Parts: sequence; C-alpha cells; structure tokens
Amino acid sequence: MTKTAIASIAIAMAISAGLPNISWADTIKIANVIELSGAGATVGSNWRDALKLAFEEINAAGGILGEKVEVTDYDTQTDPTTSRAMVQKAIDDGAYVIMGPIYSGSVKVNMMVAQQNGVPQLTGAEAPFITDMGNPYIFRTSFGAQQSMPKLVKYLTEEMKVKSVAVAWVNDDFGKGGRDSFVAELEKSGIAVNADVSSEVGQADFAADVIKLKSSNADAIFAYLHEEESARLLKEIRKQGVAQPVFGETTLMNQKVVDLAGDAVNGVRGHVGLSANAPIPGIEEFAKKFEAKYNYKPDHNAIKAYMGAYVVKYVTTKNGKVDRQAFADALHGMTITPADEPGILMETSWDDKGEVNRESFLVEVKDGKQTVVTTLPKL
Amino acid sequence: MDTFFQLFVSGLATGSIYALAAIGFTLLWQASQTINFAQGEFIMLPAFLVLAGTQFLGLSFPVAMAIALVLSLLLLGLGFKRIIIDPLLPHGVLPIVIATIALGILMKESVKQFYTAEAQPFPALFSDRTLNVLGAAISVQDIAVLLIALGAVALLQLFLNRTKIGRCMQATAQNPNVAEILGVPVRRMILYTFLINGTLAFLASILISPIYLAKFSNGETLGLIAFIAAIVGGFNQIRGALAGGLLIGVIDNLSAAYVSASYRSAVPLILLIIIILVRPQGLLGKAEGRTV
Repeated sequence: MTKTAIASIAIAMAISAGLPNISWADTIKIANVIELSGAGATVGSNWRDALKLAFEEINAAGGILGEKVEVTDYDTQTDPTTSRAMVQKAIDDGAYVIMGPIYSGSVKVNMMVAQQNGVPQLTGAEAPFITDMGNPYIFRTSFGAQQSMPKLVKYLTEEMKVKSVAVAWVNDDFGKGGRDSFVAELEKSGIAVNADVSSEVGQADFAADVIKLKSSNADAIFAYLHEEESARLLKEIRKQGVAQPVFGETTLMNQKVVDLAGDAVNGVRGHVGLSANAPIPGIEEFAKKFEAKYNYKPDHNAIKAYMGAYVVKYVTTKNGKVDRQAFADALHGMTITPADEPGILMETSWDDKGEVNRESFLVEVKDGKQTVVTTLPKL
Repeated sequence: MDTFFQLFVSGLATGSIYALAAIGFTLLWQASQTINFAQGEFIMLPAFLVLAGTQFLGLSFPVAMAIALVLSLLLLGLGFKRIIIDPLLPHGVLPIVIATIALGILMKESVKQFYTAEAQPFPALFSDRTLNVLGAAISVQDIAVLLIALGAVALLQLFLNRTKIGRCMQATAQNPNVAEILGVPVRRMILYTFLINGTLAFLASILISPIYLAKFSNGETLGLIAFIAAIVGGFNQIRGALAGGLLIGVIDNLSAAYVSASYRSAVPLILLIIIILVRPQGLLGKAEGRTV
C-alpha cells in the first residue's frame, strides 16, 4: 500500500469519526397520500412541503425510536378513485401511517381501505361525515365543519348582528358538509338564508353566482369554497362592486387565497382553525422555518401536516413500538401539549371518534395579511 | 331588469373570449383543414410565458408581454405549422386531430411540470372599478375585455376584406388549388393564418387570466367551449364563431342565474345538440357540398 493510500484512509477515518454516529436500524414508512395535481394542488403542495420539513427535522434528530422515517408521496390527482388506489398502493408498500388526503370526497372513499387494513390515517378533511362513520383508524388534523361553524355563527350573531346571509358553497363533499352545518347553525340562531348558491370544483366564471348573491340583499355573504375558487369568487365580488361584508371559514382567508386574489381579499373575515399569523410561539417559529426553506408563506394545511408528523413521532415514541393498532388505540382520547412535544405547536386533543380539539382564531384580512382578531378557546 | 343587463354584459365579456378562441378554430380549418384540439392550451400558455418573463427573468410586465407575444407567434404559429401540421397535412384530418390532442396534453403537462399545478395570480390589465349603467354595476374590466375582443375581430375582418393579403388569404381558404394557379402564394397565406391564430390565443390569454387566474388546466374548459362555439356559429364562418362565442357566454350566465348553476356546464352541450339537429351547418355557417 502506498503512502498516499494510507494517508487517504487515515484522513477518511478521522473525518468520519467527527460525524454524528447515526446508524438506522430500520425505516418507518410514512405514506403521504395527497393532492399534488388537479383542483387540490394548492392545498396538497403546502401539506407535502410541511410534512417533508417535519420529517427531515425528526430524522436529523435521530428519527423515531432510532429508526429513520421514509416518506413517500402518492398523488391523488384530487380524484377520489385515484386516491383509493393510492391508499391501497401505500398499504401494499408497507405504510405505517397514512397522511392525507385533504379533500373530503377522496377521504370518503379511501378511508375504508385504510380501515380494512388497520392502518391509521391522519387526514386534513373537514366534512362532518368523516368522523361520524365509526372508523377507529381515522384522525383529523383540522376541525370538522360541525365544530367550526357554531363558532362562526356565534360571531355573526353576537358581534356582527347579522339577520340574513347569502351562502355560496362548492358542490362537493367538503362544500356540502360545510354548507349543511352552517345553515343548520343559522336556523338555530334565527338567521335567514336569502340565497343558497352552489358552484362546481374548478369553476372559472363566477359572474352569475355573484349577481345572485348581491341581489339577495342579505346582510352578509358566506363563502365556503376551495382556495382557487374562493380567489375567483372574491375577484368577481370586487369586480361587481358588492358592498355586503364577506365571511368564511378557514379556506377563504387562506394564504393562497390572499396570494391569488390580491386586494380583493382585504376585509374578508372569518374563523380559522389554524393560522400562520396566530400569536402562538410554536406556529410563529414554524412559519419562519417554512418560509425560509420554501420561499412562500405556509397556510393552515402546512401547519396541519407539520403537526401531524409530530403526532406520529410522539405517539410512536410513547408506545415504544412501531405498531399500527397501538398507534390508533393510543391517539383516541390523547392530549398532546407543546411541553410534551414542541413540534405539536399548540395543545391538541383527540376524542374517541378521532375528532380534533384545540384553540382557534377569528381573523380579518388586512393589507393582504391575516390578522387575528380573537383567539377562541377549546370546545 | 338591472340584474338581467348585468348578466348580459358579463356574459358578452366572457363570450368574447370564447369567440377569440373559436375564430382560431375556423381560421385554421378554412386555411388548411386543421382542427386544433390544443386550442385551449394555446390560450393557457401565453399567460405563463408572461409570468415566466416577470418572475424568472425579472422583466417588467410590458416587456414580458411583448416577448410572450413574439414567443406565441413563434411557438403557436410558426412552430405549430412547421413541426406538427406540415408533415401531417398530406395524411388527412384524422392524424392532425390525434396529434393536436397529444400536443394539448404535452403542453398542459409540461406547464404543470415546469411551473407547478397551482393557479397563479396574473396582473389585472384594467381598473377594478364599476360603472353604473342603467342601474346595473358593470365592471370596467368586463367592458374593456368585450371592447378589445370585438375590436380585434373587427380589425381581422377589415384585414381580410380590405387588404390584398387578406383577400389572398380568403382565396386560399376558398380554394387553395385555384388560388395557386392565380399566383397567390398559398403556403405563405397559410402561415399568416397560423400567426393570426397565435396572436388571437395570446390576446385571449392575457384578457382572461386576470379573472380566471393562470392555471395549467385552463385550456380544458376553454378549448371545449370554443370548439362548441365554432360549431354552433358555423365552422366555416368567422362571423359565426363570433356569434357562437357570444351566445354561449350569455346563455351560460343567464341559465346559471335563472335556471340552475348546477347544470351550467351542460348548457353549451345542449345548445350544440339542438343546433346540430336543427341547423347542422351552424347559425351563420354555409352548407358545404361533399366531394364524391
């Protein structure tokens, strides 16, 4: 062996001795079944990026129980049938936990597959029926509409003194679920529904919809659509010079809507389950990290995914084993605080149906930025 | 009444965009028997060329628009003709139909891959003010879109009817063999048609993207509705394509408001079926004899 070769080996050994000694015993497979194309690409991209950030942090800190986390993306194309196939593929690939999807229509059909195979699923969907179907493996990362709408209607009646509302909603499982919950709450509060306007996923032209909302002469307009359609609706509302105040729930004030709708989103108010502008130290820190890495502001879907990744870490570590059944059993009735696990960002609880519970926020968009008006307590 | 008027004007504005795309269909059909099923994607692309110029190259908006117009002429006009149509034209219409469907998918997926699947904001070209006209709040944007689109069509008609090149293009459209015998440079006239189609696609793209947002999949709906508009109006008439586009825009708005928004996407198809049954050559089209 030459002197050069010996020197090279010696240098290599010296360098490697200085590196962190991470040796992965095995890998934990996490399936990210999410909307990366189609109408839900906006929400899916936020979710994917935050999930990647979280699991990179977790791996850099030694993984979970000494095992490396391996995340695989499966694009649902925002299509329920494709999402079902992707969940099956993820299970065939050995997924420990499934993260996503977000669109309720997709979750409706693919959660059965995960349930049959006993695989826990952390979804971003909001339609009420998701947790009403008795699936012990489904867990929300965001409020169901049946939880958030009462908070919004309370605000409309007590703070805004609204007597009538015109409702605009998207005609899919997400929109129908939200619309039904909202209208039911309005009826309880004695608020009239002057117009009930449905639209389609991916709809581009909202001129007729806005004319119907405007001519209803309601005190306020409530909009419950996905992000891109929300932006188009708000631009049309601005274009037609509509004077009524516009309210919404989470998606309407989403950062992506702010980016797409520009000035048209200013003045919009509503309830959000999670906000990157919330006065919560953990969320503020996450938002900074996310923006530094990806060069855009995270939305509520990003926060949901980030927290979801740390839920996987916390529950698995607490169980002391990578076991799907133990994971599902443990998360029911669990409360995780930032003191337990900093990555959880806010104290969060799950009930026996997998429904999530935590503080939430009333916000108003001012100068293109979500401004938190009030922090609402846990239910 | 004011609501009806507002719906009518708004429908005309949207319909004028459909008309621009539909005219592209009829122009290419007349000039070279080309049915371009990538027409919707032709309208989607220029907005992304503008955005790429401003966001990646740091160009000002007007400069990016100018460059996007040139690129539209090169890619959607010259390139489309030379690379896709010229080699396939001798083999008949069917290979062109298949090739343009494939081209549309390629364009859509390429934009998605290289730009993202998410919708992008596109700068507003006009003020977001509204004007009170006959009691209805009519937006400046709607009026501007309508005027620009109709102005473009009027200019095109003047060009075709009042200039020597325009008349040569019409002669080529009517009978390329006879036109060639009469000394018309047929190949150049066909190229002009493709360049005009590229320009119309660019115009439609920058007019509609501030309202619809720029998205890789925008062409799906636009292309289909424009194709229907061209058939409804009369596939061999520019006036027909204009009428078809405006008609669909207005009917779409009125049916969404007065019938049901749930069935609005079915309205153009219902209209198409009725027209095909009642007047197969379209509202303003001319019946063409079949060569046996």
